[in-house]
Amino acid sequence: MEKRTMKAWLYLLPAILFLGVFMVYPLVDVLIYSFEEGYNSASQSFFGVGGYNYSYVLHDPYFLQALKNTFLLVVITVPASTALALLVSVGLSSIKPLRDLFQTIYFLPYVTNTLAVGLVFMILFKKTAYSDGLINLFLHWFGSPSIDFIEGPYWAKMFVLCFYTIWVVLPFKILILTSALASVNQDYYNAARVDGTRRGRIFRRITLPMISPMIFYLVITGFIGAFKAYSDAVALFGTDLNAAGMNTIVGYVYDMLYGDSGGYPSYASAAAILLFAIVLTITCINLLVSKKHVHYSK
Amino acid sequence: MKIVLQHLTKKFPSRSKKSREEVIAVNDFTFEIPDGKLVGLLGPSGCGKSTTLNLICGLLTPTDGQIFFGEDDVTKLAPENRGVGLVFQNYALYPHLTVLKNIMFPLENLRGTQKLTKDEMQRRALEAAKLVQIEGLMDRKPGELSGGQQQRVAIARALVKMPRVLLLDEPLSNLDARLRLQTREEIRRIQRETQITTVFVTHDQDEAMSISDLIVVMKDGIIQQIGAPQEVYDNPANLFVAKFLGTPPINLFDGKVENGMLCIGNDAVLPADGAAEGEVTVAIRPEGFLLKEDGPMHCVLVRLEVMGRDVSIVSTHACSEGENIRSIINTENTLDLNSKIVRFALKPQKVFLFHKETGERIYMQKHPGNAD
Repeated sequence: MEKRTMKAWLYLLPAILFLGVFMVYPLVDVLIYSFEEGYNSASQSFFGVGGYNYSYVLHDPYFLQALKNTFLLVVITVPASTALALLVSVGLSSIKPLRDLFQTIYFLPYVTNTLAVGLVFMILFKKTAYSDGLINLFLHWFGSPSIDFIEGPYWAKMFVLCFYTIWVVLPFKILILTSALASVNQDYYNAARVDGTRRGRIFRRITLPMISPMIFYLVITGFIGAFKAYSDAVALFGTDLNAAGMNTIVGYVYDMLYGDSGGYPSYASAAAILLFAIVLTITCINLLVSKKHVHYSK
Repeated sequence: MKIVLQHLTKKFPSRSKKSREEVIAVNDFTFEIPDGKLVGLLGPSGCGKSTTLNLICGLLTPTDGQIFFGEDDVTKLAPENRGVGLVFQNYALYPHLTVLKNIMFPLENLRGTQKLTKDEMQRRALEAAKLVQIEGLMDRKPGELSGGQQQRVAIARALVKMPRVLLLDEPLSNLDARLRLQTREEIRRIQRETQITTVFVTHDQDEAMSISDLIVVMKDGIIQQIGAPQEVYDNPANLFVAKFLGTPPINLFDGKVENGMLCIGNDAVLPADGAAEGEVTVAIRPEGFLLKEDGPMHCVLVRLEVMGRDVSIVSTHACSEGENIRSIINTENTLDLNSKIVRFALKPQKVFLFHKETGERIYMQKHPGNAD
């Protein structure tokens, strides 16, 4: 027995080493940084230990803005993209002709280069010297004035960010849900049909519970992904997100470290730990909720 | 509710892209299932029996022909309007719902004047559960039940809406041997109690023979024979039916009719009045052999098998189509194990002649003098 446990640990050693060096150590280090007040990275010294970094970050209007942006992004895009993906997958599963074509089209954004996607969004939304963007062209037709989606009002910028995020995460969700739908045994539907179940009820009482583990997986990963959003905002609004008022928590952490006003690893660490706490809480809530509504088949 | 099938045909488009040929799963079925009977659709896999069941329940629409429940033409009716209860081979119980919720599910679909109160639904569900004796399991999920219990829940769910017709697709195939025996008695009992016209599909002849009022033997989408189980067993219409029914299987021989006698090899075994002269396939049920010292049929003894109440003699014969001949005899008969040759007399009612090519039955005249 003893010998076998030794052997097991030996096999686990490479993975443990890697995880320890690149995951656990930095995590602990960040936690320590976050409590070191007045840390100076040049002299590697600090004044004392305490909660000042947290207090600073929580009073920083940029952080509060980033927090608000991130929360809005999460609250809007996660439910919207999951619901949309469900809608599209159910649609895809119930059509026969051209299904493969539509599946390919819906999956395209997943394999498209981010720069190309950025370009498309520029054509759609960006105001240049030559045009106001495709969306504004449509708005003009309906007699609405131009809206500057990239440098204009806050809600317009938020709309673009959410739109972009939903569009980017959609293909993966559709892929997962279509395969989940396809794996539901057809006999359940036949049984429900013989019993005269209406379509809406079949969807609510049979389809949804059957694919609930996959929906739950998408919601959890969606929440975590959205909380960690940063690159999407950069792609749309450039690197100076604080100025644009479109920063996210991860963006704030980055700016605190390397941005023009950066060089404060302690503040960055405190913000990162706050983000970690938020994500952890939300995930725990998700797990609790899922106990009641997710059905794993044995 | 009697069920009438008239010229029922179902064709499926070919699966492979190369051949354009259609697959005819059900070919011109015409028969009537009398009210309140238990009918077994019997045949090897791929013979179209499940397709027939799906046509009756409405999950498939026929290419041709009509289906009547009583006097109503239900051919074009959707399954939910036919009043059928269907038990699936894998039961198709909703895994996320409790037994009670599963059984109540069909009732919750009722609309308009048929709509039931929650109490009424629960009462009906409990009633159905009592019928199949699972009233103690109402709060469990299907995953926590044994195969036999799941089967009962599936039957209760099919019965709870009081269908006109109950359909069972391979109801016993997912159960172990012991449970199978038990459950088939259950199905028989439930059918007797409810008096619902019931059709079930099986590939197991034992199953069909033991509980059906009527069996329909099918092959390649064509009905081979319809009748009471014993009647079909005693009087098979063709070689396929003779071979398909009975365990141990029927023994086959190359034989011929010569001078009014049926000959197997050099042994003239039985008078064959009324049968045309020429080569035939002879089929003899295992219980059709009688040990007799001066019996006309000579076989080479291989071994003796004693299995409880039966003794079976395994022997060979030059004209046998199978490797061995298996005959079941009474234990009272004694057999000299030292002799190499075993001699049999045959019971004429257990011997069937079939056309060499078509497999159609060749009827002999009954000889009252030969009856055992």
